[in-house]
Amino acid sequence: MRYLPLTPDDRVQMLGEIGVDSIDALFVDVPAAARREGFVDLPHVAGELEVERELAGLAARNVAAGSVPFFCGAGAYRHHVPASVDHLIQRSEFLTSYTPYQPEIAQGTLQVLFEFQTQVAALTGMEVANASLYDGSTACAEAVMMAKRVTKRNRAVLSGGVHPHYVRTTQTLAHAEGMEVDALTAAVDAEDAVIAAIDAGTACVVVQTPNVFGTATDVTKIAAAAQAAGALLIVVTTEAVSFGLLKSPGEMGADIVVAEGQSIGNALNFGGPYVGLFACREKLVRQAPGRLCGETVDADGRRGFVLTLSTREQHIRRDKATSNICTNSGLCALAFSIHMSLLGEVGLRRLAALNHQTARQLKTALEGVPGVEILTPRFFNEFAVKLGKPAADVVEALAAKGVLGGVPYSRLDPGAGLDDVLLVAATETVTEGDIAAFKAALTEVMA
Amino acid sequence: MSSMNSVGRPTAPVQTNDYVHPTLTGARGLLQDEALIFERDGWNKTGVDLPEATRPADDLDGLLRTAPIGLPGLSEPEVMRHYVRLSQKNHAIDLALYPLGSCTMKHNPRLNEKAARMAGFADLHPLQPQSTVQGALELIDRLAHWLKTLTGMPAVAMTPKAGAHGELCGLLAIKAAHEAHGQGHRKTVLCPTSAHGTNPATAAFVGYSVVEIAQTADGRVDLADLASKLNDQVAAIMVTNPNTCGLFERDVIEIARLTHAAGAYFYCDGANFNAIVGRVRPGDLGVDAMHINLHKTFSTPHGGGGPGAGPVVLSAALAPFAPAPWVVHDGTHYRLVEDQTGATAQAFGRMSAFHGQMGMFVRAYAYMRSHGADGLRQVAEDAVLNANYIKACLSDVMSPAFPDGPCMHEALFDDSWLEGTGVTTLDFAKAMIDEGFHPMTMYFPLVVHGAMLIEPTETESKQELDRFISALRALAGAAHDLKTGVGQIDRFKGAPFHAPLRRLDETLAARKPRLRWRPETIPPLAAE
Repeated sequence: MRYLPLTPDDRVQMLGEIGVDSIDALFVDVPAAARREGFVDLPHVAGELEVERELAGLAARNVAAGSVPFFCGAGAYRHHVPASVDHLIQRSEFLTSYTPYQPEIAQGTLQVLFEFQTQVAALTGMEVANASLYDGSTACAEAVMMAKRVTKRNRAVLSGGVHPHYVRTTQTLAHAEGMEVDALTAAVDAEDAVIAAIDAGTACVVVQTPNVFGTATDVTKIAAAAQAAGALLIVVTTEAVSFGLLKSPGEMGADIVVAEGQSIGNALNFGGPYVGLFACREKLVRQAPGRLCGETVDADGRRGFVLTLSTREQHIRRDKATSNICTNSGLCALAFSIHMSLLGEVGLRRLAALNHQTARQLKTALEGVPGVEILTPRFFNEFAVKLGKPAADVVEALAAKGVLGGVPYSRLDPGAGLDDVLLVAATETVTEGDIAAFKAALTEVMA
Repeated sequence: MSSMNSVGRPTAPVQTNDYVHPTLTGARGLLQDEALIFERDGWNKTGVDLPEATRPADDLDGLLRTAPIGLPGLSEPEVMRHYVRLSQKNHAIDLALYPLGSCTMKHNPRLNEKAARMAGFADLHPLQPQSTVQGALELIDRLAHWLKTLTGMPAVAMTPKAGAHGELCGLLAIKAAHEAHGQGHRKTVLCPTSAHGTNPATAAFVGYSVVEIAQTADGRVDLADLASKLNDQVAAIMVTNPNTCGLFERDVIEIARLTHAAGAYFYCDGANFNAIVGRVRPGDLGVDAMHINLHKTFSTPHGGGGPGAGPVVLSAALAPFAPAPWVVHDGTHYRLVEDQTGATAQAFGRMSAFHGQMGMFVRAYAYMRSHGADGLRQVAEDAVLNANYIKACLSDVMSPAFPDGPCMHEALFDDSWLEGTGVTTLDFAKAMIDEGFHPMTMYFPLVVHGAMLIEPTETESKQELDRFISALRALAGAAHDLKTGVGQIDRFKGAPFHAPLRRLDETLAARKPRLRWRPETIPPLAAE
């Protein structure tokens, strides 16, 4: 087997050195009833060519987003990632290293994390950011749990614009923690409705902008209302490119910002791995989940970086930890950081403006399709349309015509009674030809 | 210590001059002193050529960003240099043995990387119509089949994103099962003292209180102590097997029996599944739930700290409570069940937004298919052989924590052999860095004083193992010499001397946290 360097001779020699005569002697502690002789019922060793062929066969049975006019969003976005990003993250020293527990020989990873934290803090307009979490949805749930620790209150209010999967992920964790979640009714433009739901027991208010219907909102008023009630404002963003165009959550008064960072540096990957961005006010950082990288000096006084404030974490605090998390999304955070370093402020602003412009072109095109009504009043690169018929059927019909025409809202939240709502997104990867093809296909399907 | 190679040339420097002549630039040969991206002149640059939008965003009045973001941009050549220079300050498996016990730093096959990047996997949106992702769903289903077959368990929840996330999933399923059976009052979880920190942290996270189980002198769960603590308040036990001392729990079947008799569930931390894959099925041991770290046993890359993937295999008792979504096959098509509906719905909820770590699924599947049933069994055998070989070759100079009997995939030493040397486990680890090796896991498990946990994995050649062993024997010898006044303790206390940086001040970092670059905290760069 090509990944196993020991030869049969090596094995015999090593068993001799150990002082046993067979490999079975090293497994004596396994109860006899559980020892398995022979192989489990699965195929045997396969060469690289054979495995690659099988996987290519499976891959060929999927429709790659880049091969068709493509308009899906709803929490995952297709952007162009520069070739250098994927090349760099495959360097052995990044790909095959572990968590930087020995900082003297992990400064590469640590400096990247320090730069990543600075980039995320700048983008979100917050004071500090952590070294990343699994994804946006788990970051949202972690933020809600953190609000409980900070405020010692037990109720979270989630706006009706929060991505339903984020709501469900948060509810799952909140249920385990015994926390009450008030998830408001789904609505295209209802962020201000959370204000009325804030009471003296509210630990946090969670608002998404742009929300799951694409609506961009100024949350300043909500921040003021939350602050007046002693609750934290958590702002969620599922499309990180929007930070290049829209006012940052920090500017609008957020206490914690969580975002899905997949859009920058990372492929769609059928849903994972992604990278959760987590930023907050500095005074809250000791209650934050996940890893933090900090600056320090070495014995010769040279600047260096280490993982820090680890007394929050499970490997030190065990059952008193702020979270059970023992990893970040290292390689995805690296991809994010490299792509961000290439873009810079100049590039990110251009990229964001292009996304917005493309989505407006799409809106103009779809407005001309009979039976289609645009629902989202103010959007970044995604908006909702009402079709007057089940969006799931329309999407299937579009797929049959070779167009991946968005995400039916019912797929995210079947019980919401919004079966005729379709979410459509357009990034810089969408061409005028794609938009024309979408319009033509949708016109036929709607007829 | 310098030796000669076969043509009589020295294979190591006779003396080191690093600190005799410090360099004038801070660089040291190939090792560059690399500034932060924020300290370069990149405020008005970009390395991505994009056209300007032709139409102003006049529909977003009042929502537009006005203040600068504060992000530098760099051209592609500058970005390449920055990250390549940084990369060279990292240790990596591809560079040398990386013996972190419990972390399983094995070779990461590049076929896996290639496969995960096929457009038919990497360029799929999680919410595309299911008719357009049949191959992806089939891959998840095939991987699930392999995981179930290898563990002898009837079900698997694929969505957890890391080992700790898998633990959370397993305990949430246990909690849901207890609640469904009117046992919601059970609020205690039993964990051995040697458990990974994630076990008690996860238990606490789902609202359980943790009670520790004592350990026997030979490093296993104390059955009598366990039996005395099992009662009708206990929701679950969390036991790692093979355990964190690198030992197989001989009484595991009895542990399961006692647990089930008390009405509790057996959560097994599967971090060490690589030691037994293909030889032992956790399902035959009475396990109810076990996460599988695809980044350990099945070689998906650690990436400097993630992303991981932690599918959880479940017993028939827990299977109905598995979280959404899951893949089903109706005879002709694969379908993703994304929402539990109807009166019989028992799924405890959702672990995250989409369907799990697909990129890792492709890699892990490529790894499994490459090895096959025979290769995977060999993986376990070679991992265990290598660890026992290291243990056998170091036991006369270091002190094994459990000298009697074989270990599994990792060899645990304590620090009793360092007594009288003035050297601590930490010092010894830092001296290993100078010799070109990543240190072993230190001070874990907590039950062994000054623990040094060495896990070589199966992907090391005998030659590399021997190189590692001779380096450790030489270092151990230098430590032993200190007892008789021979040698200098600074080799250990001052180490590392030859790494990109010397020992870092972690206290300063925690006392005055500086978690991001800020213009005012860094002195301006010297003028050209």
